[in-house]
Amino acid sequence: MCETCGCGDPAVVPVDVHEALLAGNDRQAAHNREHFEAHGVLAVNLMGSPGAGKTAILEATARAAAGWRLAAITGDLATEHDAQRLRAAGVPSVGITTGSACHLDAELVHHALHRLPREAVDVLFVENVGNLVCPAIYDLGQAVNVVALAVTEGEDKPLKYPVMFRRADLVLLTKIDLLPYLRDVDPVRIEDSLARVMPQPRLLPVSALTGAGVDGWLAWLGLQDRFPQRGLMR
Amino acid sequence: MHEYGIVEALLQRVDEVARGRGATRVRRVRLRLGELAGVEPTLLAAAYAAFRERTCCAEAALDVEPVAARWSCPGCARPIARGEVLRCPACGAPARLVAGDEIVLYRVELEVP
Repeated sequence: MCETCGCGDPAVVPVDVHEALLAGNDRQAAHNREHFEAHGVLAVNLMGSPGAGKTAILEATARAAAGWRLAAITGDLATEHDAQRLRAAGVPSVGITTGSACHLDAELVHHALHRLPREAVDVLFVENVGNLVCPAIYDLGQAVNVVALAVTEGEDKPLKYPVMFRRADLVLLTKIDLLPYLRDVDPVRIEDSLARVMPQPRLLPVSALTGAGVDGWLAWLGLQDRFPQRGLMR
Repeated sequence: MHEYGIVEALLQRVDEVARGRGATRVRRVRLRLGELAGVEPTLLAAAYAAFRERTCCAEAALDVEPVAARWSCPGCARPIARGEVLRCPACGAPARLVAGDEIVLYRVELEVP
């Protein structure tokens, strides 16, 4: 109540909140992360444009990673095609269809985890919805962010989408088998773009078609294995 | 277009704060939005205008304070301009983002009887 003049108007009270708006998602992501760490699972959030070659890289990973226990959660607006492709490649996979949502969030991933087969897993790939904007801001509980960037996407792509590339731990430069046909594309200029948005730029050229660079990708994943134990997912 | 999801979280949080204070009306909601937060202010405002109907914020103004991205060297604190290579020209350390990735609800103004 206004106490200045007694007019009866309600008082306007400013309340300081100072709270991250995505705190709810962050709490669920922290829960997922505890779960991954407790079970020794390396969770990889794989992002990139539609058509950057995310699924193809995972298929190539499955071919090359003999003895690794892999699993995947894939996100798309419609269809479970990616999950089907990965299952055909021998990777237990669950597809999330998001309807019109442009990204996965921590809760969707949590629900999907309960649909994965109860098997031991070393690396869980979360293949996010193809999109270079929205997935970057939703923590899923992953240990690392990996962005797939195809050689055909333009050398300045990182400069155009700084939010995504800033958060990347590794950028896979995909479809390098196409480079001989792309006379105007210079990977050095892609590296330069990346260095202006990503403080510790790491660019790894790969080809899912020829398998080039896949060894380096597996070696990088192996180095990320920071968890003390490996075991059951849940 | 994840701005609708952001607005949903905003309305829910403001509602909790307003109820907690026994407010009869929300006058104003203030956000800080970083340049590198991945949220577009105009889309956010459009989503807010569309979603606030029949919520506690139906009559509340939305103020969005933009926060510019600022990078600096974690070692010697030298600022590194946007667009530059994100590495300290003096000591070579990778730059650190000091501000500009926040999506923060920092104040609500409530009418309390």
